[in-house]
Amino acid sequence: MTALISDSPAVQSPATAGPGRTQRRRPRAGRAVLLLLFAAYFFIPLYAAVDFTLGGSRRNMGHTLSVWTGLVHQEGFTTNLMTSLKIAGGTVLLLLVLMVPTMAWLHLRLPHLRRVVEGVCLLPMAIPAVVIANGILGAFKSWPQAITGSSWILILEYVILALPFTYRSLDAGLSAIPLTTMVEAARSLGASWPTTLWRVVVPNIRTSVASAGILGAALALGEFTIANLLLLNTFPIWTDQAGQQDGEVATTASMLILFLSWLLLMLVSQLGRGRAGKKSPKLRRNK
Amino acid sequence: MSAPSVELVKLSRSFGGVAALDGLDLTVEPGTLTCLLGPSGCGKTTALRIIAGLEHSDGGEVRVAGQDVARIPANKRDMGMVFQSYSLFPNLDARDNVAFGLRMRGWNAAKRRERAGELLELVGLSAHTDKYTHQMSGGQQQRVALARALAIEPRVLLLDEPLSALDAVVRVQLREEIRSLQTRLGITTVFVTHDQEEALSVSDQVAVMRAGRLEQCAAPAEVYADPATAFVAEFIGTMNRLPGTLSADGQTVEVAGRRLVVRQGGTEAGPRSGGEVTVLIRPEAVRLEPAEDGTATVRQAGFRGPITRITAVLPDGTEVLSDVPSASAAELVPGRAAALVLDDAPVMVF
Amino acid sequence: MTASAPADVPAGVGEPAPAAAASRLRPAGVRAGRGRAGSARRTRRTRPADLLGLAPFAAYVAVFLGAPAYAVITAAFKDDSGNATLANVTTTLKDPYRHAFFVSIELSVLSAVLGAVLGLALAIAVSGAKRDGFVHRAVTTASGVLAYFGGLPLAFVFLATLGPQGLVTKWLNSAGYNLTQHGFVLWNMAGLVLVYLYFQIPLMLLVIFPALDGLRPQWEEAARSLGASRWQYWLRVGGPLLAPPFLGALLLLFANAFAAYATAYALSTGSVPLVPIQIGSVMSGNVLAGQENIGNALGLWMIVVVGLVVVAYTLLQRRTARWLR
Repeated sequence: MTALISDSPAVQSPATAGPGRTQRRRPRAGRAVLLLLFAAYFFIPLYAAVDFTLGGSRRNMGHTLSVWTGLVHQEGFTTNLMTSLKIAGGTVLLLLVLMVPTMAWLHLRLPHLRRVVEGVCLLPMAIPAVVIANGILGAFKSWPQAITGSSWILILEYVILALPFTYRSLDAGLSAIPLTTMVEAARSLGASWPTTLWRVVVPNIRTSVASAGILGAALALGEFTIANLLLLNTFPIWTDQAGQQDGEVATTASMLILFLSWLLLMLVSQLGRGRAGKKSPKLRRNK
Repeated sequence: MSAPSVELVKLSRSFGGVAALDGLDLTVEPGTLTCLLGPSGCGKTTALRIIAGLEHSDGGEVRVAGQDVARIPANKRDMGMVFQSYSLFPNLDARDNVAFGLRMRGWNAAKRRERAGELLELVGLSAHTDKYTHQMSGGQQQRVALARALAIEPRVLLLDEPLSALDAVVRVQLREEIRSLQTRLGITTVFVTHDQEEALSVSDQVAVMRAGRLEQCAAPAEVYADPATAFVAEFIGTMNRLPGTLSADGQTVEVAGRRLVVRQGGTEAGPRSGGEVTVLIRPEAVRLEPAEDGTATVRQAGFRGPITRITAVLPDGTEVLSDVPSASAAELVPGRAAALVLDDAPVMVF
Repeated sequence: MTASAPADVPAGVGEPAPAAAASRLRPAGVRAGRGRAGSARRTRRTRPADLLGLAPFAAYVAVFLGAPAYAVITAAFKDDSGNATLANVTTTLKDPYRHAFFVSIELSVLSAVLGAVLGLALAIAVSGAKRDGFVHRAVTTASGVLAYFGGLPLAFVFLATLGPQGLVTKWLNSAGYNLTQHGFVLWNMAGLVLVYLYFQIPLMLLVIFPALDGLRPQWEEAARSLGASRWQYWLRVGGPLLAPPFLGALLLLFANAFAAYATAYALSTGSVPLVPIQIGSVMSGNVLAGQENIGNALGLWMIVVVGLVVVAYTLLQRRTARWLR
């Protein structure tokens, strides 16, 4: 998790990998038990859910993929899935277009305002989605139906919901590079602002941008609260409605969302590890 | 209570099949400072941590005052340790950091305060007693770390590259303070570093290590002037490598137009009879004089204060470094022809 | 879990807290000073025109976050005709709303405390394992995924496990242990806490891992060389250093649980009254005439509670970041 890279594996001793582990053998058993218990708590429900989607609750003993394969034929499945995917795409796009230049500018020109912007980006945490949904009804009463009654309002609001982790991700990425120096170098070589941003800054914060984007997509795919309260149709909403009729369909669709999110997040994790590997080994000499 | 000696006897340790230490034998005399010097990965830090009890050894013994300490856990060994970085406890101010060991020994608050104050004064930081880690510079942090290690009046003081993370100026200053404290208090000390200049300037004894083994252990002057192996010769200070021809009897070598005696002894078996060899010569043993008919050409002159380091090139392309007193270096400018004269002293060949 | 993903989780799965990651590139002490001097230099050069660069962001947040929030807060104090009144607010202070608040708080506290303690235990157990070893990586990846896993899927997953037709329910039945007879159903307090822990524990892991990693081995080793036992180290150094991030995480978990809507919505049958659910039902029209703004009043209270918690959390984070550097 930490970007602790030891360049010579020969010299990385167990003692530096964890505090004072040279003469402790007893806790290992206890730790294994603890880890097993937690593993059980987290895996059994997933197993149960997958089993359920494979028809495990039916009287006839066999497992079947019929629910999964039949999913595509469920009424509303494809349309709503497409809708959610489009919303996710739109959210990611808008999020990055808004935040990447903003964060870059913040780091470059207004570093003393970082705290303030961070605070602003944490606001969505202080204002629960339920409340935001409530507020939308009130605040945007006079807005055209084309926006408030469609996926657009969702895209616009999901960007807000994504702000907290987006800020964190981009802030980390921008802090880890010599931003000012790079930009000054680019500008002195004649690059315009958009070119600098696109060709110099973004490639160097690739992982952070990807991270933020992917997390935004995961959020948009799974978001239920606002869509539900605004009576809009997205895939999670459809899942809930389908659930009223058929638990198997609902659970299966949920597992689909889960798998999609999981895949996305694995991507993020892979990116994170890749970036960690690139950190200069010279800077880690604390053996 | 007088300072104990520290002995490492055939110390070995492997990590994942790679031997970090391979039978290290070393004795640190009571009250002296020994430096473990070597490149990264040579095992010096591993050796220190084994002495401290933070690692175990796979073979061999660590003896303090003649007694094997293997059974004694790290927190009972009564050794003070200073780390390279992140030494101090960030939640405690300087005074509480220094007093930590005393607290572990059950001293009451008043006594702890007093002693911590004494030690902070010893390291020149009385004005910083209430400061926290993030309020101190690197040099100050290391001074507090030193005070903290000394507060418990340890039998042995262990320092793991304590100056490596500091700026050059602070580094020089602090190493002299450490050395003078050490001599004043007479604590048996082991100091790990990869910086040979540092090692030479603070130690009573330098132990040069490579790949888990000891190459040479001797006083700084000896390690410099009388290196036991080619590795030591090149690791300490700078060495020129010049091509030479060994005589048939292996006693002399012809190099750069001079016939010099081959240094016998050392721990490496050198070439016995004639052949092409490489000769190691220190820059200060190479003299350059401007001469119209000289075979060497000056390529670069680097002014270093009292000495100027001249880089000259021989006809066959070999580069030679020569340290010349700056006062006589005026005419040795790039492009000038010069005559190379090697001091008539035994040289190392391999 | 709410749609707003846990905010202070590190930027991505398997990444240390941003501040720590960035700052670890600078060794302690002298060099850090250079960075600080650098930003001080930049500050003096700020031109007011530079602020324009933040204008799109500011405008966006003002419209899409500020306006709804403002609407909720002001509407809380208005009656149906738009006149100022405290009626809505005072009504929310009475039952059934008051009861819902207590229940919400109870659920949040329980899941937060349990989540924090269990999460810490798990984090310590894992951090003792080899870095980059299987256990370590599996746990960090899993916690990254599961912390965001909430809402509907979670409810369905648990229904499939412990619901009336659930797998585990059936296992227990065949072993002779009937859950409902022992008073356990998914939609009472115990059930909800159990379900909430599914994302609370991973969230705790994500937040506490950087803090645990920030505990340098040198400190433990220095303490040992000074004569401290493991216990003494934790008492005097490790514990005090972990306390702020632990408390912060606790607060974060509380806010997370308090604001969660989707999971409770999917599971609850009304037997466990929760504030977010009440807001939802008010919004869908389940409300007495003349009290349409109750939902806004409830929202106001939610903002107050969660807002306070988040502020406290941020302050604690500052304190942590200081020594994590």
